Amino acid sequence: MKYTMLIYETEADFNARTSDEQARYWGAWKAYHQALVQAGVIAGGHALQPPVTGTTVRVTGGKRHVQDGPYADTKEQLGGFIDLELPSLDVALDWAARCPAAASGAVEIRPIHTM
Amino acid sequence: MAVDALSVERVVEAVVRDSYGRLVSFLAARSRDVASAEDALGEALVSALRTWPRDGVPERPEGWLLTAARRRLIDHARHDRVRADGAVTLRLAAERAEEAALQPEFPDDRLALLFVCAHPAIDPAAHTPLMLQVVLGLDAARIARAFLVSPATVSQRLVRAKTRIRDTGIAFAVPGPAELSSRLEAVLQAVYAAYGTSWDDVAGADARLRGLAEEAVWLARVLVRLLPAEPEARGLLALLLHCEARRPARRGPGGEYVPLTEQDVTRWSRPLIDEAERELTAAAVHGTMGRFQLEAAIQSVHAQRIVTGRTEWGAIALFYEALVRGFPTLGALVGHAAALGASRGAREGLAALDASDAGSVASYQPYWAVRAHLLAQTGADATEAYARAIALSEDQAVRAFLSRRAGAAAR
Repeated sequence: MKYTMLIYETEADFNARTSDEQARYWGAWKAYHQALVQAGVIAGGHALQPPVTGTTVRVTGGKRHVQDGPYADTKEQLGGFIDLELPSLDVALDWAARCPAAASGAVEIRPIHTM
Repeated sequence: MAVDALSVERVVEAVVRDSYGRLVSFLAARSRDVASAEDALGEALVSALRTWPRDGVPERPEGWLLTAARRRLIDHARHDRVRADGAVTLRLAAERAEEAALQPEFPDDRLALLFVCAHPAIDPAAHTPLMLQVVLGLDAARIARAFLVSPATVSQRLVRAKTRIRDTGIAFAVPGPAELSSRLEAVLQAVYAAYGTSWDDVAGADARLRGLAEEAVWLARVLVRLLPAEPEARGLLALLLHCEARRPARRGPGGEYVPLTEQDVTRWSRPLIDEAERELTAAAVHGTMGRFQLEAAIQSVHAQRIVTGRTEWGAIALFYEALVRGFPTLGALVGHAAALGASRGAREGLAALDASDAGSVASYQPYWAVRAHLLAQTGADATEAYARAIALSEDQAVRAFLSRRAGAAAR
């Protein structure tokens, strides 16, 4: 089955991307990504720029409303996603548990909707 | 040779009882779709009732049912609006069913199905109903009665859980050693909850609820058979058997409530107690103590009264202490307090009760019943505690019992 892993990170996680913690933060991610590649389960994905760089659009009554910032104002924010090809939810949950963001933020597994 | 419809119905009933769960789990493990597996088997059972009276009961009814269910799965893949990959899976499942129908034995996937039913990705409120339905074939109305909720609520919950199993791709597999004990806990808990629905019915008046107790014991036996090396599965079975052994003694001749300590031991079932003790001994060999073994050990001490004529409250208090330490629940805290009250005096029991969280005990009946009992023993005013225990009791006979006690204490 195809799943997407949605990675929600805390503000501290986002800050760690560019702070003195850079090496530790990206080191963990690099190792994780490598493990996914070696297992042959990765099918795509991206890390996203921090939520402040987001721009949200809504169209109401034919009128476009543009707002700076992310869609949802929550403690953890979407920081990236990884597409996975895996045999079951259980295997996906194993991978989610190993994700560096799972320890500080949260990781959501969603099956991909196939048309 | 034509067979009369009644005996066919009996054969179908026997097959359902013995192999419903095995057939559903075999099909579901391959189609990864519980609802379609139940549906296919349901159709197969209907056609069995139609054709067996005419053609005779087949030599291997299960193989016949698998073949019939296979046809239904293929129809399902062809006609229904299933996703393309879903249809492929259903066809593959149908193929496997055909192969299995030709074999004298087909694999038992019930354990995998039990783990799916109590999967952490499934709403915990759905665990027990799901198990009762897909492993035992109970209908939503019966489950609803046992859980005191509306059949519509149960149906909705079950449909949602089954859709989730299919759409999220939950694995039909027994978890690996690293996960097994934590995942097994949820399975055992779900079986225990099934038993609990009947235990609250102290009266034993409701035959349907008594039936659910039997089903829970049956599930516990299946678990022990499938996981013989898991001490907690044996612990659960031992616990349920000890409780079952006392069922006849929980009511007096006039239907009045009889507390455990006053039960007539000659009305306890000796064979059930012996079986419980054998399970507990077999569990102890593994040297790991879990929640259900501790609960069963407490009941085992109570059961000794049948031999010794007395209750070793000190031993019970020790087991409760271990339970409170390792698996703290309100029930364990109150049980511990009651055992301390009986072994070291009412004041010690009351002190243990005072240590529990005031907010959570506000609507917990056993807390107030034990508190009232201990207060009365110290000669203090127990009126309010009795009143609260009575108000929180659901059972008429328990209310009557507590009222009698309150009356005696006030005199």
